[in-house]
Amino acid sequence: MEPTNTEAPEYFHKVVDCQWACPAHTPVPEYIRLIAEGRYSDAYMINWKSNVFPGILGRTCDRPCEPACRRGRVEAEPVAICRLKRVAADNKGDIAGRLPAPAKGGNGKRVALVGAGPASLTVARDLAPLGYELTIIDADPSPGGMIRSQIPRFRLPESVIDEEVGYITGLGMTVRQGERVESLKALLAEGYDAVFVGSGAPRGRELDIPGRQEAAANIHIGIDWLSSVSFGHVDRIGKRVIVLGGGNTAMDCCRTSRRLGGEDVKVIVRSGFDEMKASPWEKEDAMHEDIPILNFLVPKEFTHDGGRLTGVLFEKVAASYDEKGRRSLNPTGEPDVHYECDDVLVAVGQENAFPWIERDIGIEFDRWNMPVVSEATMGSTHPKVFFGGDAAFGPKNIIWAVAHGHEAATSIHKLCLGEDVADRPAPGVTLVSQKMGIHEWSYDNDISNDLRHRVPQRDKSEALGDVKLEVELGFDQRLGYAEAQRCLNCDAETVFTTPLCIECDACVDICPVDCITFTENGEEADLRERLKAPAHNLTQDLYVSPTLPTGRVMVKDEDVCLHCGLCAERCPTGAWDMRKFLLEMAHAEDVGPAPVRIAAE
Amino acid sequence: MTYITKPRLHHPLLQPNALGFTRRDYEGKVSTLCAGCGHDSISAAIIQAAYELDLPPHRLAKLSGIGCSSKTPDYFLGNSHGFNSVHGRMPSVLTGANAANRELIYLGVSGDGDSASIGLGQFAHSIRRSVNMTYIVENNGVYGLTKGQFSATSDPGSKSKRGVVNHDQSIDLVGLALQLGASFVARSFSGDKAQLVPLIKAAISHKGASFIDVISPCVQFNNHVGSTKSFDYVREHNAAMNRLDFIEPRAEITVDYAPGEVEVVKQHDGSILRLRKVAPDYDPTDKISAITHLQLHQMRGEVVTGLLYVEPDAADLHDHLHTVQTPLNQLDDAELIPGSLALDAINDSLR
Repeated sequence: MEPTNTEAPEYFHKVVDCQWACPAHTPVPEYIRLIAEGRYSDAYMINWKSNVFPGILGRTCDRPCEPACRRGRVEAEPVAICRLKRVAADNKGDIAGRLPAPAKGGNGKRVALVGAGPASLTVARDLAPLGYELTIIDADPSPGGMIRSQIPRFRLPESVIDEEVGYITGLGMTVRQGERVESLKALLAEGYDAVFVGSGAPRGRELDIPGRQEAAANIHIGIDWLSSVSFGHVDRIGKRVIVLGGGNTAMDCCRTSRRLGGEDVKVIVRSGFDEMKASPWEKEDAMHEDIPILNFLVPKEFTHDGGRLTGVLFEKVAASYDEKGRRSLNPTGEPDVHYECDDVLVAVGQENAFPWIERDIGIEFDRWNMPVVSEATMGSTHPKVFFGGDAAFGPKNIIWAVAHGHEAATSIHKLCLGEDVADRPAPGVTLVSQKMGIHEWSYDNDISNDLRHRVPQRDKSEALGDVKLEVELGFDQRLGYAEAQRCLNCDAETVFTTPLCIECDACVDICPVDCITFTENGEEADLRERLKAPAHNLTQDLYVSPTLPTGRVMVKDEDVCLHCGLCAERCPTGAWDMRKFLLEMAHAEDVGPAPVRIAAE
Repeated sequence: MTYITKPRLHHPLLQPNALGFTRRDYEGKVSTLCAGCGHDSISAAIIQAAYELDLPPHRLAKLSGIGCSSKTPDYFLGNSHGFNSVHGRMPSVLTGANAANRELIYLGVSGDGDSASIGLGQFAHSIRRSVNMTYIVENNGVYGLTKGQFSATSDPGSKSKRGVVNHDQSIDLVGLALQLGASFVARSFSGDKAQLVPLIKAAISHKGASFIDVISPCVQFNNHVGSTKSFDYVREHNAAMNRLDFIEPRAEITVDYAPGEVEVVKQHDGSILRLRKVAPDYDPTDKISAITHLQLHQMRGEVVTGLLYVEPDAADLHDHLHTVQTPLNQLDDAELIPGSLALDAINDSLR
């Protein structure tokens, strides 16, 4: 193999698995260390800059970082990154003075933002301090988008939404609530320098089976129903409720039902339990609230009597897989099953809908009726129109909406500066030695043996009594510290300086996870099998040195490195060093001269 | 040393041996030696060998004297018996322990100061008596613990870190061991575990006095230009006589070699030493030729490594003394105090 190029920021970034997996590339280990130090406000501000909604995401994020977490590969479970974010939000001091000051005098550019959800608010956050005159137009009574309308209050209290949305709207912008944009053509005609579409995926998918019309009074579309609950239009449901669908919306629907009078609440899904789209922890939370999840049942008919819903008839199916691994659901031939109920909540998917975008204004749509949007710039085929969040590529989640928002804001700023939108600003990268003394590092390298801590929850009987009562109590400072100490500090990178190495094997001998091997070079596939422990995780890179004096190379398998720094402590010549890699994504404010990069020798 | 203990977390693919122990289970405390010390590599090799041999940790006793090398038994086989003896007296303590309990596996760990200076006499007599043991000298040619004076194994003409030339002759422990009748003699290098681990396994399996001289560079005081015990010097002058494959008694032999390339030696416990020859004319079962060979290469400034001599069916101390099979420490009063009638019978036989 060729020697690894550690000067490209991608190499060390990829080692920080959580940050790499995060759509917004939040520097996770950096803020986790601050939490361990009790510097909650500092931890909060790192998050705020990167993902805009630390308190909200700390309760609701889909956490792509956690399956990626290296800790999950050396023991049972990853670090509870998401809930640690909440610890920062819960314990921070007054951060008002650390928010960007509203711009002094405008820059003369006007931008319209359609929708007041996470994507639009991120764009607003990035552009407002630069002097843009921003106008947010949203159909709901108050800003937040799906954060406010679809996520139940028992998972996310209103006060948290108000606080974090307020930080953004407080930067200076016009927010027009309760107003639906009916024509993009008309909006563009108002002379905006750019328009950002962050209108979400607002339409719940229908389930058109017999009985749908006749029993309509007791059949509700999940996201619309959740929204009605959120805004106080609905406050009860029947005693027996069936929720159709297996995503996170279905989990929110069933848990909300339990709090609004539902006593016998079931979730019924077409697919198998393991293939459900809902996050495992959301399924767990639902089952904890005595909600059974029945699988392999395809709804066939809503039964009704005298215009009143009586139940749902299901066909039993089984999964089979063809030679390409594609699944199909086939009837088992067993008799259909009927479940009685008073209400049905349909949560079988969400769709985009752009009836308000005229098809002759230069915005190209694809065959699925979705706008053609660049993943790099979030730009549409109309130079002034940008998309983000669920409106761009269909339903995803909040953290993706934030990532889109940052990119779109950068694009809008470049457009307004007259720069090439396709030319993206490089991230800011630093790589700094953590050595303090012979055996002292500026991070805590003593690895905690704790297993993942559980987040304390409110007592079930109390929690089910009030739809607005938050179930999770969050880690307190003591638990937050203990959980933070489980982080392996993957951003403390092992950096190898070949000319210093005397090949004494000290690093090989001390490494607790057998990462390091000195061996003859070879092709990657061959090399992976010849290491001290075979490197079977192909998603993880091998760090290969140039040829050493004995003709061998140093090969480090990044896969399960604990970043304990013992290789560097036992290295007599400093050939190994632990250096903190900090990568901060460039946002709109960073557009301009490239930031200074310091990379490995 | 380091301030933290080695994390308990290990590679998910770490395999247990026949006893259900992983290699990590054979580790000891974290080393307090200088970073990069060759001795730590020898500790790692001992750990690897014990793991591969499926050794029950409670069946092994590690004994040492004083010095950097003699500290190392704290850093491996943390669940085995240990005895850190007086400077240079490890061989005597080991001999006594072996006399009292012949069933344990004895591992003596010593250094060039402990064995070639203060303990030279003890070393010589334990070898001469064929004590069933594995005697490892971690040989760095320098008094590291007292900051870098020449030791008894420093080669004449070699330079100290400050540039002083050594004029004294060096003691060749391998040559001594051969002359004193060790039935297994090897030399290796801390920086070459591929060679060292099989040698340790073979030595532990060998019945009789096994001696391994391991050149182990002192990174702090003897790893400079002019030293003959530095990483660079040993790598440049390493003359390996053979490469050893250690094959356990129950293992099947699957690889065939052309005749002449390989020498196969069967030990008393059924284990097989397969020597892939590097020096074609070297015969490790011929002591006279081994000694000659060693002298010849050493005169050229080469560091001869590999399995240098083995007498597969050697007898040990207990064979010579005709002691009972039951370890002496397990004999009860009835067996140890046979009474006056038995004494009379012995006295009668001498009259």
